[in-house]
Amino acid sequence: MAKKLALIASKGSLDWAYPPFILASTAAALDYEVQIFFTFYGLTLLKKDLGDLKVSPLGNPAMPMPVPMPNLVQMLPGMESMATMMMKQKIADKGVASIEDLRTACLESGVKLIACQMTVDLFDFKPADFIEDIEFGGAATFFEFAGESDVNLFI
Amino acid sequence: MEFDKELDARNLNCPLPILRCKKGLSDMGANQTLKIMATDPGSVKDFQAFCKQTGHELLQLDDADGVFTFYIKKRADA
Repeated sequence: MAKKLALIASKGSLDWAYPPFILASTAAALDYEVQIFFTFYGLTLLKKDLGDLKVSPLGNPAMPMPVPMPNLVQMLPGMESMATMMMKQKIADKGVASIEDLRTACLESGVKLIACQMTVDLFDFKPADFIEDIEFGGAATFFEFAGESDVNLFI
Repeated sequence: MEFDKELDARNLNCPLPILRCKKGLSDMGANQTLKIMATDPGSVKDFQAFCKQTGHELLQLDDADGVFTFYIKKRADA
């Protein structure tokens, strides 16, 4: 019987969008059965348009910067967009997949994507905001699969 | 070395070479051999791990000027 991987994706920034989709698509390639439960800010990763994903250097001292930049400068208008632009450029230069590509790879290999119904309601998201191939469910839905999984990760 | 299909995963980074490999193998017959090239230095360990876990056989690995060429035989019961 296939091994199972259950992930919770709780973050919605460009950098943190990578771990769940990389792990899920790779596990699917290794013949795992995979589910990702998207909750809170992670729901952003299920939107039709992923163009809004951003990365912020603010409050992240580990982010490599071309020049040292104090927090007071990082908070200036436009800095987040600039950091995002630079990150996207780097991603393209290094042959790293886009989030769109990884999400498509997940869907094509049968990874099940579940949106947390409670957070959808909380944030007033509309089902039409999301891509079509997803399901909606709650914590009990997650545990139905997670309880019999070999690997469970909270991201 | 003889092969039935060739894929180019050069200049792609993790996990794309593995995903391309998996996709490439999916429409091949049992015991057929896939040749796939990659430049991601992490791909050497990753392809070994991929084969170990999926049961496909890594027949040969060549390393020439930073290009890694893998020959993978699809498992018999797949």
